[in-house]
Amino acid sequence: MSKVEAILSQLKDIAANPKKAMDDYKAETGKGAVGVMPIYAPEEMIHATGYLPMGIWGAQGKTISKARTYLPPFACSIMQQVMELQCEGAYDDLAAVLFSVPCDTLKCLSQKWKGTSPVIVFTHPQNRGLEAANTFLVKEYELVKAQLEHYLGVKITNADLERSIAIYNENRAVMREFVKVAADYPQVIDAVSRHAVFKARQFMLKEKHTELVKELIAEVKAMPVQPWTGKKVIVAGILLEPNELLDIFNEFGLAIVDDDLAQESRQIRVDVLDGEEGPLYRMAKAWQQMYGCSVATDTKKGRGKMLMNKMAQTGADAVIIAQMKFCDPEEWDYPVLYREFEERGVKNLMIEVDQEVTSFEQVKTRLQSFVEMM
Amino acid sequence: MSLTQGMKAKQLLGYYQNKADQDAREAKERGGLVCWSASVAPPEFCVTMGIAMVYPETHAAGIGARKGAMDMLDVAERKGYNIDCCSYGRVNMGYMECLKEAAITGVKPEVLVNSPAADVPLPDLVITCNNICNTLLKWYENLAVELDIPCIVIDVPFNHTMPIPEYAKAYIADEFRNAISQLEVICGRPFDWKKFQEVKAQTQRSVYQWNRIADFTKYKPSPLNGFDLFNYMALIVACRSLDYAEITFKAFADELEENLKAGIYAFKGAEKTRVQWEGIAVWPHLGHTFKSLKNMGTIMTGSAYPAIWDLTYDANDESLHSMAEAYTRTYINTCLSNKAAVLMDIMEHGKVDGVIYHLNRSCKLMSFLNVETAEVIKEKNGLPYVSFDGDQTDPRVFSPAQYDTRVQALVEMMEANMAAE
Repeated sequence: MSKVEAILSQLKDIAANPKKAMDDYKAETGKGAVGVMPIYAPEEMIHATGYLPMGIWGAQGKTISKARTYLPPFACSIMQQVMELQCEGAYDDLAAVLFSVPCDTLKCLSQKWKGTSPVIVFTHPQNRGLEAANTFLVKEYELVKAQLEHYLGVKITNADLERSIAIYNENRAVMREFVKVAADYPQVIDAVSRHAVFKARQFMLKEKHTELVKELIAEVKAMPVQPWTGKKVIVAGILLEPNELLDIFNEFGLAIVDDDLAQESRQIRVDVLDGEEGPLYRMAKAWQQMYGCSVATDTKKGRGKMLMNKMAQTGADAVIIAQMKFCDPEEWDYPVLYREFEERGVKNLMIEVDQEVTSFEQVKTRLQSFVEMM
Repeated sequence: MSLTQGMKAKQLLGYYQNKADQDAREAKERGGLVCWSASVAPPEFCVTMGIAMVYPETHAAGIGARKGAMDMLDVAERKGYNIDCCSYGRVNMGYMECLKEAAITGVKPEVLVNSPAADVPLPDLVITCNNICNTLLKWYENLAVELDIPCIVIDVPFNHTMPIPEYAKAYIADEFRNAISQLEVICGRPFDWKKFQEVKAQTQRSVYQWNRIADFTKYKPSPLNGFDLFNYMALIVACRSLDYAEITFKAFADELEENLKAGIYAFKGAEKTRVQWEGIAVWPHLGHTFKSLKNMGTIMTGSAYPAIWDLTYDANDESLHSMAEAYTRTYINTCLSNKAAVLMDIMEHGKVDGVIYHLNRSCKLMSFLNVETAEVIKEKNGLPYVSFDGDQTDPRVFSPAQYDTRVQALVEMMEANMAAE
């Protein structure tokens, strides 16, 4: 097994076995884990406690039965899965769960956790251009910090926070570099591997993830760049899973050269900037700087332009929108994106992502005809 | 003699609803500004600046009630709007696309010619507020970008913990001041603070009369048919900062007072049981939802939905914190325990015997906590409840048979409870 294969295999294992990742961490450090609900949270604060932040992004192919009592079928697919897992006690080992509420579904879900872990809720301000929004978010973060300290029995110092911010900034920078490397070497980093590298960072300490990804990048970059005979695409949406779906991308020679997925590149889009202000304020500022996301209000709707810029930068042939089933913020963005793409002759396709689904024949047919059309 | 002299409340309602639309059309014709607004966004700033207001949610509900929603939904769906998006939003985006086409081509599309929609002009700006959902942020982003017009956002953060913290009020009050600056730029003139004071006072008088109407549900039997709150709601939404709402509501409240004195009740002598309605009305099937209850002698005497517009605040508070609190305390913008407490207060006030929960396909925020809300309340007051599937404006979701079966079951439970007492 080559070094590249070994690293990818390790990351794939972690991505596929979050429970094991958490148990190993506990065994190794004696500390537990804190769940982080989608989409954005001040994870650095959890990291600063020494607990492992664990992303909660649903599961694949679980039949919804217990959750049906609490959620109608038109709730978003991830939340159906999360609710099902809550009912099964899958998250009960978490020391706490951090909950942001940037959409109506998350507002409701934040009030109905069925597991035993304490839930810490905070709200992102949406009038993000205003300084008052930063001040508001600092207050929310102060409450998050106080609750984390209470539930975990630790004290979060500014020094700890600054260290965690630096670790997260480095990880984000390395991941942005990884996106470019994956675009240049689709023969080495295929769609499944690319996703695994992103997903594993949800279940690992970021400094360890950074180390592995740096090593991966160095190994890959030592190889010669080969011409890509397939097509290049940018994917956008909440997430693009499972591997069976990504296998279809591989099968039809679709290289993912960049993404605007909430689970992937949106997590690494903006850093916490250096500055004279305190860490909580600078973390709040990062939310102000966020762009191109369906749950970060933007009255100019720059997301289409951002995607088209990404196409120009990467030489992508098309954009594929992975529409999370019943996710209305994304559904509201789609008609504007579609019009902008059509007006500018950008090839685009929308496919539906439903975590409960286990058969991908329909998506396969659609992707196949899309590739043929290109 | 005034045109409205001698008019009954119901006539005033029709008159002022039409007049509000007419005001907007006239404003457009004379080159004035028209603003489309979210239903619980503060109108005080725009009204101060003499901007004519149009309310897409009310407009869409009207289209739905007049059985015209499907045509507009089709237009929106052709533009890429998923059936999962709020049907008010889809109807409005469909309507906007029709108006836009007419403005560009000079020809009204056939679907618009044949629509029962009230004739309202395209906006020059929009204002939104997420106190009733974050969908209103997405919907208004789209209006602003598709029409290339300014969008004023009043973001009221979800109150996960009550009471509402001062720092949230401070943020919202800052947004108010920012909205004022935006309007000064849009209108090209300074904000009229003196008029603002009058507009706030007017808004409070409208809200006072609105609350006076809802208060009549405390009487048993009730002189007020709760479904009338749905009918009169158009004015508390669209005209609360004008005297249109105050005049109409005062007339209605006075009529109810007279009826009460004369012993005239909404259901005459037929009131047997009383229910609370949780959620938005099913506008395309409003008649059916009402009549099924009425046929069983069940009157609606409580609903937190029209009570959303109880926007009581201190009009003299210059910090604007009181106004900020009024606009952020909307019960669906608060944690579950507060939501349940608000509903229970309304239940108690309306002396209801049970609750009907509308599981609204269009409104996630007003649906996804229904199970928990019902459980919390049942635990506390033991009153029976049922839930039915519906939608505020997409006529395809509601099933009359399912609704009837559910409400019959509720009535049986309520009657059994009464018999046991």
